[in-house]
Amino acid sequence: MSSLVTTTIPQNRLPRSRRRAPNALTYAALFIISFIIVVPLLWMLLTSFKTDFDAINAPASPIPNPFTTEAYSTLATGNLPILRWFANSLIAATAQTAIILVTASAAAYALARLDFWGKKFVFGLIIATLLVPGVIFLIPNYLIVDQLGWLDTLWAIIVPGSAGAFGVFFLRQFFISLPSEIEEAARIDGAGDLRIFLQIILPLSRPALATLAVLSFLANWNDFIWPIYVLLSPENLTLQPGLSVLQGTYSTHFGIVMAGAVIASVPVLILFTLAQKQIVESVATSGVKG
Amino acid sequence: MADSSTALVNRTRSRGGTRPRAAAAGRRSVTAYLFLAPFLIIFAVFVLFPAVYGAWISLHVWNPLIDNRPFVGLQNFIDLFTPDSLTFEDFWESMRATGIFVVGSVPLLLAIPLLVATLLNRKIKGGTVFRAVFFAPYVLGVAVISVLWRYLLDPQLGAVNAVLGLLGLPSDTPWTVDVPWAWISLIGITVWWTLGLNTVILLAGLKGINPDLYEAASLDGAGGWQKFTHVTLPGLRPVMTFVVTITLLSSANMFGQSYLITQGAPGTQTRTAIMYIADQGLGQNQMGAATAMSYVLFAILAAVSVLNFRLQRDNTK
Repeated sequence: MSSLVTTTIPQNRLPRSRRRAPNALTYAALFIISFIIVVPLLWMLLTSFKTDFDAINAPASPIPNPFTTEAYSTLATGNLPILRWFANSLIAATAQTAIILVTASAAAYALARLDFWGKKFVFGLIIATLLVPGVIFLIPNYLIVDQLGWLDTLWAIIVPGSAGAFGVFFLRQFFISLPSEIEEAARIDGAGDLRIFLQIILPLSRPALATLAVLSFLANWNDFIWPIYVLLSPENLTLQPGLSVLQGTYSTHFGIVMAGAVIASVPVLILFTLAQKQIVESVATSGVKG
Repeated sequence: MADSSTALVNRTRSRGGTRPRAAAAGRRSVTAYLFLAPFLIIFAVFVLFPAVYGAWISLHVWNPLIDNRPFVGLQNFIDLFTPDSLTFEDFWESMRATGIFVVGSVPLLLAIPLLVATLLNRKIKGGTVFRAVFFAPYVLGVAVISVLWRYLLDPQLGAVNAVLGLLGLPSDTPWTVDVPWAWISLIGITVWWTLGLNTVILLAGLKGINPDLYEAASLDGAGGWQKFTHVTLPGLRPVMTFVVTITLLSSANMFGQSYLITQGAPGTQTRTAIMYIADQGLGQNQMGAATAMSYVLFAILAAVSVLNFRLQRDNTK
């Protein structure tokens, strides 16, 4: 309709909106990219329902023929304690998330809402470590964890990683944005810092705390380099180093290896589906704020 | 914030003056540090102390199994720059591998996400669904995506070569066992895995650009490409600096993909710096040499990051 106008009187053309109207080509491109992203993941899922024979002999067809859950039962009853790894991953990721929520929120409260001696220095110190690559801490932390008697235990997976600067930084930004009126009213009523923190700041920050919880859980669940070096006995592994062992043990039994990968993916994919919006938004704005 | 900072100024001015005020400030500091304590204790033990401890280790021949750990000064660092030392060749080969991966992956991880973000920024239906789909692989761990692609790209038994064969294309490409194929695989897999991360950050950046600027450019007769180079790219610069930095750092820290997919093959050509450092320190127990390597890698990354910030800033002027 408006195109009629523009073709007849081009010099009066209306300025086009910033967000261009999509054409078929835009959708075609988006569907092709989605296809490239999704197909390998579907292939993993479908291969995990193949027989050993089928997985090796019909690599070009993703459809299981016959459909079987034998890879999963082999994993559940085999020599490798994958259910134990699953439990270990769950315990470690949950425990670390809890520690991060408690320690980071308290620290962020002090940095965002209190004035104190050395505040700039403490904050600077914490932020500076955000940019230091993890490899710097790998060997010294291995020795520290060894000294603490934590090698080959879940403590090594839970505690050191909870010292990350990200949680403090993330919550501080949120706490700073909260209005100070309610807090001041509470102070006049004689509330102390602990009560203000527990009864005002934390309840107001539920969305930020939930986002941090999800991000922390994902990071711990997916960590790879640290657990492959500090966890040693087969029964003490978490899922990610476990997958590495699985690949070594069942190198060409692809159905079994894919079943292991599916088991390691399901919890994070469920979490992602539930908290998709929060995860994507918090990551998206990290660049705009930083 | 405004009142609290003036309060701070007042307090500093009156320092040593009125005693009750100083006492109140001291009490507030104690309260603040009580809040900080749980975090700071873990932070001190597992972040601050190891950073210094690592530097100390790097000055020794440090094998955890041997009690005698002689102090050697900067020898571990000197060795890394001495062509006939034991570690020179392997270390720089691994740094070269990391360099190849960075140079190959970073441009793609900027260009493709920028293109995808531009598509998503149009008035499309289902934008949030597409965004979630593109982001999904990133929530899977490196171990999951690596064993998946290790299977798909298996030269003899994998799905990729099998499908290529069905299409009448060469079906014997050594995706995981020979160069340059191994690099193409490692880079391609990493782009597939992490493109959603950069896409959503750049998309947020695009949405932050003032629409009036596009209208003004249109009125000046600018075409699509001119708008892209004169409005989109400059408007995206701060976000781009951030994306370039995090992409550079994460590519330079690549470990899991090489460890699980190529295992460094062929030979040790795709063994990255992190893989070599971890193996030297924790596999071979050469902790002094390995920590020295980690500081050299850190120094190079810091220099590259600073250079990147400078370049982006100069471009803005």
